Amino acid sequence: MRKVELSKERLGYLLVIPALAVVIGIFLYPFITTLWYSLHSMRLNVPHLGTPWVGIKNYLLLFGFNRFLYALRFTVFFAVVGVSLQLILGIGVALTLHKHFRGRSAVRVSVLAPWAICLVVAALMWKWMYNASYGIINSVFLQMGLLNQPFDWLGANATWAIISSLIATVWRDSPFVAIVVLAGLQSIELNLYDAAEIDGGNRFQVFRFITLPLLKPAILVVLLFQTIHEIRAFDLIFALTQGGPGNATELASLFVYKFTFSFLDFGRGSAAAVVLASLTMILCLIYMRFLFKDEVS
Amino acid sequence: MKRKISLWNGLVILFGIFFVSFYIFPIYWNILTSIRPPGEVVTIPAQLIPKGIFLKRYLTIFTETHFSQNIRNSLIISSISTALCLSISTFGAYAISRIRIRGHKIILMLVLVLSMLPAVSIISPLYLVFKAGGLINTHLSLIITYTAFWVPFSIWFLTNFFKTIPTALEDAAVIDGCSPLQALTKVIIPLAAPAIFTVTILIFIFSWGEFLFALTFTTTHKVITAPVAIFLFQGKYVIPWADMATASTIVSLPVVLVVIICQKYIVEGLTSGAVKG
Repeated sequence: MRKVELSKERLGYLLVIPALAVVIGIFLYPFITTLWYSLHSMRLNVPHLGTPWVGIKNYLLLFGFNRFLYALRFTVFFAVVGVSLQLILGIGVALTLHKHFRGRSAVRVSVLAPWAICLVVAALMWKWMYNASYGIINSVFLQMGLLNQPFDWLGANATWAIISSLIATVWRDSPFVAIVVLAGLQSIELNLYDAAEIDGGNRFQVFRFITLPLLKPAILVVLLFQTIHEIRAFDLIFALTQGGPGNATELASLFVYKFTFSFLDFGRGSAAAVVLASLTMILCLIYMRFLFKDEVS
Repeated sequence: MKRKISLWNGLVILFGIFFVSFYIFPIYWNILTSIRPPGEVVTIPAQLIPKGIFLKRYLTIFTETHFSQNIRNSLIISSISTALCLSISTFGAYAISRIRIRGHKIILMLVLVLSMLPAVSIISPLYLVFKAGGLINTHLSLIITYTAFWVPFSIWFLTNFFKTIPTALEDAAVIDGCSPLQALTKVIIPLAAPAIFTVTILIFIFSWGEFLFALTFTTTHKVITAPVAIFLFQGKYVIPWADMATASTIVSLPVVLVVIICQKYIVEGLTSGAVKG
């Protein structure tokens, strides 16, 4: 008997090693290496300078660099506002989908559609619609009289570039929020609603005192998850604005990419990456705490 | 009383029309752009309803560009990555959910936390390592990356699912003479088919649309994946909007169809862990 148990445990370790190895190889080791790079001056466009150790100099440089500070602030702003908008729309959509009505499956399909479109394609779709000369948005606004002349939504000024980027992001990411919240709604037991009806509550009271409290865990989880997701986001904004106009929509991830792969400044780029990762990890720990709170070891 | 309900219903219907239009219109407009006759693509003002249909782009995109090669690359890379990731994750999930490994909860948590590192914070060493190993501009660089990248999510999802399968079934199999590995393949996997199916679809969709790693690790026409190819259609002075719309539709339509057909599984996969109980 004992022989079988031992080999079973050995088998367990054996089966889990590939997964662990792969995760350490693609996440842990590269991240530590990035950290290592950040402590050196690593400008690969001037290789003759070598890669001397500079300690925290890269970090000090970054925190005195307005462009980086803006990127950080903008990332937080974009994540907070983006996720809030996604929550508002997503919860609204979920509540609508929760009721049975004719054509509900068709509506649900339309909600899933943006999620199925890959980020780059989504960005380019919106870029086309936002196009100053030929885009449909300008065309419609001009015909409706809302505009007097074509407007460059993505390039005219920072404010509208940011708003346009937010709309595209909300379009692409709110379906996920809607799906999760809908699942949460559907898990609320029906007899609670019956009891409320017997007690004479109107629909707003039902929402406030029954639905919302029971939905709180799902909302909190999706809020945290989406925030982490938006802070790390790269693809959509990169394909949509490339960080422009100027650096107005330059998220921290775009900043890192530009410095590392365009300017070939691996030292400072890595330092920026570490700062972004730290921010993400803090949020992640909060998320983990919440996700695993029922199973605190 | 009756009047009040109608007003509310009216608002809900309006909201419904709003968000359905909001979600669908960009896709409709994109498909429309791809089938517009050449003279009408860039009109001022743009026409909401097409005057004619021009399907030839769906042919020329394959005959006059490298796009078929790009799609082939995406298919190869996504399929292999999905298969590898699935294998690694299934074994790992079985081990974590079934076998008393010390610290298995910590392993799972650590793996999840690591998976939330931003891609830009791990990409530079990967790039330099791949460059040194001559793997830049090969399928392998992306296969390795994607396989590893989706393991945490897959293991998380599969572990949670395996935990719901009662151990009595494997115990019976073991009594009948199966080794633990055989118990896995003959008992657990068939029972976990829906979960495995879900994970397969999701990993494939994620790999299919991935951009950052693909953009960085592959640069030549022959090796780039479809999303990168579409992005690179943009020239310095001219952007071939109609061709891009065609390519976008070709790349997106299969995924949209899969998502619609397999809605149930995808929703299950996305909401796992988010909704307890």
